[in-house]
Order: sequence, then structure tokens, then C-alpha cells
Amino acid sequence: MTTIYILWLRQLKRYSRSKARIIGSLGQPLLFLIALGFGMGPIYQKAKGGNYIDFLAPGVMAMGIIFTGTFSGIEIIWDRQFGFLKETLVAPTSRVSIMLGRTLGGATIATCQGLIILCISFIAGFRPHYSLLIPVSLVFIFLIALLFTALGTAIASLMEDFHGFQLIINFLIMPLFFLSGALFPLEGLPKPFKIITTINPLSYGIDGLRHTLINAHHFGMFTDLVVLCSITIIILIIGSYLFSKIQL
Amino acid sequence: MENSLSENSNIIEVTGLTKKFGDITAVNDISFSIGRGDIFAFLGPNGAGKTTTIKMLTTLLKPTSGEILIDGNNPATQQDKIRRSFGIVFQDPSLDEELTAYENMEFHGCLYRVPKDIRRQRIEELLKFVELWDRRKDLVKTFSGGMSRRLEVARGLIHHPKILFLDEPTLGLDPQTRNHIWSHITQLNKQEKMTVFLTTHYMEEAEKIARTIAVIDHGRIVAQGTSANLKERTGTSSLEEAFLKLTGTTIRKESADALDRMRIGRRLWRRNRR
Repeated sequence: MTTIYILWLRQLKRYSRSKARIIGSLGQPLLFLIALGFGMGPIYQKAKGGNYIDFLAPGVMAMGIIFTGTFSGIEIIWDRQFGFLKETLVAPTSRVSIMLGRTLGGATIATCQGLIILCISFIAGFRPHYSLLIPVSLVFIFLIALLFTALGTAIASLMEDFHGFQLIINFLIMPLFFLSGALFPLEGLPKPFKIITTINPLSYGIDGLRHTLINAHHFGMFTDLVVLCSITIIILIIGSYLFSKIQL
Repeated sequence: MENSLSENSNIIEVTGLTKKFGDITAVNDISFSIGRGDIFAFLGPNGAGKTTTIKMLTTLLKPTSGEILIDGNNPATQQDKIRRSFGIVFQDPSLDEELTAYENMEFHGCLYRVPKDIRRQRIEELLKFVELWDRRKDLVKTFSGGMSRRLEVARGLIHHPKILFLDEPTLGLDPQTRNHIWSHITQLNKQEKMTVFLTTHYMEEAEKIARTIAVIDHGRIVAQGTSANLKERTGTSSLEEAFLKLTGTTIRKESADALDRMRIGRRLWRRNRR
């Protein structure tokens, strides 16, 4: 437990000291919220979709969460190259608790980032559908954060340096984001597209956020919760395994 | 019974240790033993297998074959016991630069489960010992190379290890700082009877500090003994001459992997920034 706590604390300390990083990683979601929200809003309204900002805000939140989470996970490469990883790996403590501590730390950071975006979207005009479900959205925020931090950790355990980083962002994280229903409704999609969005775990995260925040859903909250939890556990197990195999 | 046995035996026993990376044999069938409280120096040209050996002794790498016993324990089966018994200063820096000196110490103490009161007390003692107590609240990224090294030595001692591994701890430091670090270490060796295993490129350091010296080249130990032994055997007057006689004068080819290149890049970047 001490190991998990101290690694969690380390991630948080690093995050809180890096103001540039906090602000920097808000840029992209903000741009999406403003450009797409206001740019596509009128068309969306004409198509009888309703308020696009309300629809988009949960998707943009998810975007901030998955990028921050993945990056926190991938930071292991940083530690590996700057030597700090060795310090943790020679310590008399299990690799699994090191991996869990780091991942929980990263997930906490990504959760904070998601909440900051939520606050910003209020300013942009986002109004949640007030109900008792709103607190449940925190569960979804945290689960998405955990899933993608664990994913980042798992991938980083296989990588020696940052050369593959662009590859991961452009061929894994970006597609997961764009093909998830973060930006568009999942109803009435062409068949192949429908299949892709259905096997994308992020679709369930975003659906869960929409269900709890604006009371609109495609799969339904319970399906979302079950799928998201299962995938997160699987990725955590794979990540722990890969992390425990690291040799320096 | 078991205790008295391990008290008498050597603290490190290595027999037939071999490590292969694909076709390359980095460490080739080496055997040595180190007595309790000894200062043992591992000398060798670049790429001779020094760091690989340290990594195997400290459980970071699994040997291809051979046996290691550290304080009577086998790294394959009693990993945690061994990890608790040593402290290490790596060849490359291994501090978290975004944390303060004190936080780095605290982090280490927590990882090694040193109880809070003892931890606080030891951190204070050690930071004073390496003369960094006044800088404890500063981020490590503001430290010079020598200060970081001293902090790493202090960090490696929080859990009172029986063995201290030092992989080229004085590389790139000025003579004053080197002298400072070694005087700390020899003092600890005398006071706490702590065994020291070091690698270095500076022959005069090894000659002055180490009681036993092993020369390693191409993954094999080519000579072993006291500094006087080695000079006598090679018919030379200094350890440096003895070393060159044993290992030849050709400059070693070293292959840099991605990690090394990154480190070099970072070092240059940091230097430019200062």
C-alpha cells in the first residue's frame, strides 16, 4: 500500500508543479469545443439534433482525459531514459504495486484534467441535464482515465524510446477518439462504421458520460459500466504483466 | 547455526556467471567472491561487462547462466531479501528532477519501508553528512552534477544496506567532489563495516580506495588481487600501467543503443541550457 501511495503522490506532485503541462493539454480540447461547437452547432440544430455544445462537451471531456491519461502512462519511457525507473525497480517491492501506483496517479491527473474541461465547457454554454445521475459521471470520468493510463503504461513497457510515440498517438489514440461517437451521434451510421464504434471501448465511456450528464444514451449506462470495467481490468492485467517483464 | 555460517562466509559469491544478448556475450563465465567489509573495485575498459555484472548482482537483469549468492541469498528466489540488503548508485543519474532533494529521500525511504520516525531521522543525518541539508527544499533539477551524485549516495544509504554498489560514481566530477565522495564512502566502510563494490575508470582512485581489484575485459576477469599483487604480477610500477598491460592499448568499439543516444542528447541539451 505504501508503495502505491508514494508513487501516486509522486505523479500528483509532478503534475501540480508543471503548470505549462496543465494549460498545454487544455488547448486541443478547447479548440474542438469552440471550433466544432460553434461551427457545427447551427447545422446540428437544423438537423433536429438539439444543442450541439451539450452533445459535444462530454466528448471533448473524454478527449482531454484520454490524452492526459495515455501520456501519463507513456511517461514511463521518460523515467526509463532519465534513470528514475531503475530506482523503483531495484526497490524491495512488487512490480505490480509500482505499476498500480503510477497508473492510479496518472488516472487521478487525467480525472482532474477532465473536470477542468467540464468547468470550461460551462463557460462555453454547456448545460447538463440536472438529475441524480450527475455524480455518477465521476465514475465514468475516472474509468476512462484509468483505462487509458493503463493502456499508456502497457504500451510504454514495450517501448525503449519515444520513436514510436507518434505512431501510438496517430494510429491508436486518435482513431479511438474519432471513431467513438465523441463528435457525432451513433444512431443511423453505415454498417461498417457501426461495427467499429461498437467494438471501440471509448464509445461506452462517452455514452456513459452522456447518459449521466445530458440524459442521452445509445448503449445505456449499465452496459457502459460493465464494458468499461471489464476492458479496464483486462488492460490493467496486461499492463502489470508487461511492466513486470521490463529488464534494464 | 545458519546465521553464524553466513556471518563467516563471503558476502558476495559469484560462480560461472554468464550473460548473453543474442550472439553477443557481455559477461563470459566469471567467478569471484567478496569478503564482508571489503572494498572491491571492478576495473575494465568501456564495454567490458562491468555494468552488466552490476545489473545482474542487483536483480535488474537475469543471468543466462551461473550462480550468484548475495549474503547467502539467491537473486532468482529471494529477490526482495537481496534488494533490501544493498544500496546502489547507478552510472547515470536516477533522481527525480521534478522533486526536491528531501522528497527524493522520502520516496526512497517509503519504498524500502523504513518507519517514519527512523526515516526522518536518517534523512536528516544523511543530508547533513553529504552537506545538502540546506538545499533539501530545492528541486533536484537545480543541482550540479556533484550535488546530485552526493544526493544519490545519501539516498542509497537510507535503508542501511550491507553492500553499496557504485557504478562509476565519480564520472565527470571535479577532483574536489570526487575526494569528498570517496572520503564519505571510506568513512562508512570503516564505521559500519559496509561492503563496497565499485567500478571506476580512474586508476588512482581504485589504487587508493580498493582493497581488492578485479580487472575485467571482453566479459572475462583477466586478473584479480590487491593493487600491489597486480603490479607485481605484471612487473609494472603503477596500477594504470598494470591495467594497460592486462587489457591492451586498443581503444574499444562501443555500440550505442537508442537509450545511450538519448542520454547523450539530453546531456548536451542540459549543458547548453546552463
